[in-house]
Amino acid sequence: MNDNSSLTIRGIGAAPGIAIGKAILLERGRVPVPHYRLFGEQAVAEECKRFEEAVCEAESDLETIKKSIRSEFQEHARLLEVQQMILRDPSIYNESLRYIREERSNAQLAIIKTLRKAKELFNSLSNDEYAMSRIADVNAAGDRVIGILAGQNHTNLEHIHQRAVLVAHDLTPADAIQLQAGRTLGIVTEIGGSFSHTSIVARSLGIPAVTGVENAARLIAENDLLIVDGRTGIIIINPCDRELQFYTNLQDEIREYLKQISRHAHLTAETLDGHRVGAEANIEAVEEVVAAKDNGAEAIGLYRTEFFFMNRVELPDEESLYRDYHDLAELMAPSQVTIRTLDLGAEKLTSWCPTLEEANPALGLRSIRLCLHYKEIFKTQLRAILRASASTRNIRLMLPLISGMGEIFEAKRIFKEVQAELTQKRIAFDKDLPFGVMIEVPSAVAVADLLAREVDFFSIGTNDLIQYSIGIDRSNEHVAYLYEPLHPGVLRFIKQAVDAGHDAGIPVAVCGEMAGEPLYVPILLGLKIDSFSMNPVALPRVKNLVRRSSMKECCRFVEKIIRMRTASEIQQAVSKMVMRKFPEEFHVFDPNWIGNTTLPVMKNPG
Amino acid sequence: MLLDRRTFSNRRETALIQSDEESPALTQEFIVANRMGIHARVAAQIVKVACRFESEVLIAKSEVSANAKSILDVMTLFCPYGSKVFVTARGSDAAQALNALAALFQTKFGEP
Repeated sequence: MNDNSSLTIRGIGAAPGIAIGKAILLERGRVPVPHYRLFGEQAVAEECKRFEEAVCEAESDLETIKKSIRSEFQEHARLLEVQQMILRDPSIYNESLRYIREERSNAQLAIIKTLRKAKELFNSLSNDEYAMSRIADVNAAGDRVIGILAGQNHTNLEHIHQRAVLVAHDLTPADAIQLQAGRTLGIVTEIGGSFSHTSIVARSLGIPAVTGVENAARLIAENDLLIVDGRTGIIIINPCDRELQFYTNLQDEIREYLKQISRHAHLTAETLDGHRVGAEANIEAVEEVVAAKDNGAEAIGLYRTEFFFMNRVELPDEESLYRDYHDLAELMAPSQVTIRTLDLGAEKLTSWCPTLEEANPALGLRSIRLCLHYKEIFKTQLRAILRASASTRNIRLMLPLISGMGEIFEAKRIFKEVQAELTQKRIAFDKDLPFGVMIEVPSAVAVADLLAREVDFFSIGTNDLIQYSIGIDRSNEHVAYLYEPLHPGVLRFIKQAVDAGHDAGIPVAVCGEMAGEPLYVPILLGLKIDSFSMNPVALPRVKNLVRRSSMKECCRFVEKIIRMRTASEIQQAVSKMVMRKFPEEFHVFDPNWIGNTTLPVMKNPG
Repeated sequence: MLLDRRTFSNRRETALIQSDEESPALTQEFIVANRMGIHARVAAQIVKVACRFESEVLIAKSEVSANAKSILDVMTLFCPYGSKVFVTARGSDAAQALNALAALFQTKFGEP
């Protein structure tokens, strides 16, 4: 055996950190396929039906997965679409049926034969790499049907007890919530980008993850030793000693740095010159409170309530919502908990409301618009929130996607209605519950001065604000390059919103990804943001950088960059500034920094 | 037969190649101009567009032609960056189909 048989493959660095461990493949081992010949016309007819039904089931499985992908980040829905097309392709579908009918093969065998034939065809092409990827696409579609025919259930993550690196084609949202930081050393998936569900959950749990690794489940065998570099997206299969040593050292270095920072995570986020900002956590499940507190969160700046509404057959009732919000409020008290009302598109609620033909769901009936349309869903949630606020009085209400005053008036009217009902029934609630809005739409920025007079706080949702103000859908690969957080237009919008808020005497927070990106800390400070709300794992780093910044310097810096003409000019200025002020951040974390799409430079191992 | 491969006569310019049926066939030459060539997602785009039309749509590259409505067919054609392909549409809405596909090729499938 050759000792230097290590193989390096590359994906997208989705959650930072280094993982070194044995691979566990999820559900990818092809099930043993029974081979038999069918006797009699009836058996053939039944087998055809079985095959057709399995394809339908595979199709609807793919559809379900597609739906559960967060609407903002649909890029990997396209790959699922490819699989759906493959399933229905005559060369696969009709050909499998033909094997069943003419050769009297059982359905699984018929699929295997079809896949084999497709593989031969691809192999006759001159380009191996291309052929391999396409074979993987076709096999993945076929395997899904074979798995269904074999009655294979999705592997339940809870049954995995070893500490290992999970390798899978994709993790469903259900898989992702089952992930456990202690047991899962790292994650490798074939599809997904840095904003897929898996990545978001991995980041929030601090598990290094690499997504979008083509053929990972085929190149990696169970029990292979893996190095997963979640910063650069590099995966080394069965590394050599030198590589192992290099990464073990790096892992120690990162751990040491993190430990050092974490030791100070409980300190306040106060700049060198005494300016204090809030450091809060974005979470989507009560279970994350522990991680939030451990990482030094002073409050919950964003509680996403969508999870409770997704992946279920019936609408959640008031009682279960109430219990959820109540638990969270109690766990966090006396610190504040900002609950955002339902922020979903109609496409995610198809089981309860009619499917709409929307050419453009991102500009369609979603979020607050959906809530104001289906008032009962909205009122149920408001009642649950109000009731949960009764004893601890630490809940804040936040409405997403507000575009102007009309929506505020309407939402407030409904809010008052619900309050009146509760009062009438003598049900207690916090009468001073703060009422805030997210600033995510350009028109909201334009009328921010008016909004500020009606609400108790602003929270800027930078992800959507960037998309709506530049007018791009960042999951659309054709224009994704235009997603520029440092676009001068975006920075000016943020400044305008902050100034309007401060003029009216209300605080302004940022709860988008920008808040959790350490390299944007000097900018947001200089823009005079009052509190930063982010993924819990990002807190120690962001707090650390806040404490090492000077407010005066940041303000001067922002005055300078806000007059620059392009995002790349600003990006350069920021890179230079941060590199000079916080060199160790770069050493340990971001060889390529988020927002920069160029490929990372690999340090020479050893 | 897994794939029905037809031999195909190359024509350089947009032209009526066969008028034997009621509906004429239209052909146009394209160069695959996106850096990654026709990969899976691009193939899916082509199939999606082709399926919108009644006409039979073929994509041909060096004497081999593929049914543009079958993703497997399109993927096995293997068209990396710079490939020269001929798209032929035959049927009642051939012109529209060809225009729609032309739009995809011209915008490089929206890729760099």
